[in-house]
Amino acid sequence: MRPGFFLKEAFRSMRRNAVPSFAALASVLVTTLVLGVFIPVVEATNGAANDVRGRVLVDVDLGPSATNAEVARVRGELQRAPHVKHVQFVSKQSGYEEEKKLNPQAFALIGYNPLPDIFRLTPDRPESSNALRAELDQSSPLGTRLVSDPAIAAVQNRQAQTNKILSATRVIKITMALLAALLVIASILLISNTIRLSLFSRRREVEVMKLVGATDWFIRWPFVLEGLFLGALGGAAAIGLLALAKVTLVDPLANTVKLISQPDMIAFPLLIAILMGAAIAVSAAGSGLSLRRFLKV
Amino acid sequence: MPATDTIVSPSRERRTREDAPPGIERRRGAHALPRRSVAPARDEREIVVEFRGVSKLYGPGGVGLERATLAVRRQEMVFLVGPTGSGKSTIMRLLIKELEPTDGRILVAGRDLEEIERKKVPYYRRNVGVVFQDFKLLPTRTVYDNIAYALQVTGASRKQIRATLPDILRLTGLSTKLHNYPHQLSGGEQQRVAVARAFASHPPLLLADEPTGNLDPETSIGIMQLLYRINRAGTTVIVASHDNEMVDRMRRRVIELKRGRIVRDEASGLYGAREENTDELGERLKREVR
Repeated sequence: MRPGFFLKEAFRSMRRNAVPSFAALASVLVTTLVLGVFIPVVEATNGAANDVRGRVLVDVDLGPSATNAEVARVRGELQRAPHVKHVQFVSKQSGYEEEKKLNPQAFALIGYNPLPDIFRLTPDRPESSNALRAELDQSSPLGTRLVSDPAIAAVQNRQAQTNKILSATRVIKITMALLAALLVIASILLISNTIRLSLFSRRREVEVMKLVGATDWFIRWPFVLEGLFLGALGGAAAIGLLALAKVTLVDPLANTVKLISQPDMIAFPLLIAILMGAAIAVSAAGSGLSLRRFLKV
Repeated sequence: MPATDTIVSPSRERRTREDAPPGIERRRGAHALPRRSVAPARDEREIVVEFRGVSKLYGPGGVGLERATLAVRRQEMVFLVGPTGSGKSTIMRLLIKELEPTDGRILVAGRDLEEIERKKVPYYRRNVGVVFQDFKLLPTRTVYDNIAYALQVTGASRKQIRATLPDILRLTGLSTKLHNYPHQLSGGEQQRVAVARAFASHPPLLLADEPTGNLDPETSIGIMQLLYRINRAGTTVIVASHDNEMVDRMRRRVIELKRGRIVRDEASGLYGAREENTDELGERLKREVR
């Protein structure tokens, strides 16, 4: 192993094969750029879908004459019930004020508070909302009831709505995952194909090297290093553009557009690291592996 | 003895490789061997290349070589002649393990080529210099770098290469073309570079596949002289050629092939001539070509 020699060879071949090298660099740049834009978009979409799913709640209405003791008892029962992640008590009065704010004219017409005390339950997973409802609802035709209390008047989870939310968000998530997978595959194919083409134009050179008595790795190292450099260069250029776009376009919008300001979105440094690593790894491995068939001399 | 006949490399010993087939040990100071005025009895010299009933079939019906048996001894210069497709190139390609024989055994310096595993092939090839009809130079490298590459693959340092190359460049008459790229050279010059590269690491065995195939007679003589000189310095040389006249004029052993079979094997002794030096050979060839 002589790193100095291989390094020199790699730079020489990049200089001598400027056009194929540039093509490889450009393909790395473009795919990294596309991935760099797409990954946050997928994240934001998934975040939005999760946000919607987070709004799937189960309301437990208490009877109109529920006493404080009953409220406390039911709270305890609900907290012990399966599939419950969070229990929130909305009293008659606070529910009334909340609703009045939303719809003041209607409540002015009614003139009194028709709302019961409510426990608002957040299920551990949106999908378990139906199961949770079945467990709590005395009148439910489904299965056994683990929690039932005479103080509970009704259990509602707006079943039709919930189901719609669940299926719509599921479709979005699966579509995004598929798109991401396709894009990654396409990126790898594009880069490896560009590398293959540039190697193909140099297959005679490789053949001569083999006939002169060069070992496979003696020939391969400069190519791998070349791939490494081009990958790093293309990746760095793409990341530079992404950073520019982030600073000039995304950051100013983040305050106004909710989709962009998802709290659990991937951190920019992590995104950079992933993209850079992928660009270098794919290019270097692509160069080394694509060379294999030309080494069989 | 003309100075140009002496091929001395101060670093020759350095490249003696453990990977070299046992018989192909480097001939230290080969130039110092007593000049022989008459070819010695051939049996005294060890066999460098041996084909034992070697056949090579290219797919159904395609015969490259058919039960060829031959032996080439150390320091011999052998010409393989025959029309296109007679098996000359097949022998060359078998010898550098670019092809595997369908049948039979090939021994180089007593070592069966079949026993050399794929990973060890490069080390074997470093002991066999090859000159191709189409030169096979690296187009993106200068003359100097093309020749140096053959040394670089062996792990030679830049210093060692700098010490070795001038001799080879002088021998091949390329000293003024160091920094030219192959496309800036004439066919004859390109072939000289190819010979220089093949001989750079002073291999004990040199193969030349139609080295004059693309060259005019005048230039061909120059290449032949070069190979002759290398041979006289102690290297075993095998040349494939379809230029029968040129081969006859060289007055060396000739093996003729036809459709993959050896049909003639004339030892150099038949010519019975006194050993010429390179300049005498060149003069005579030029005279005869005219």
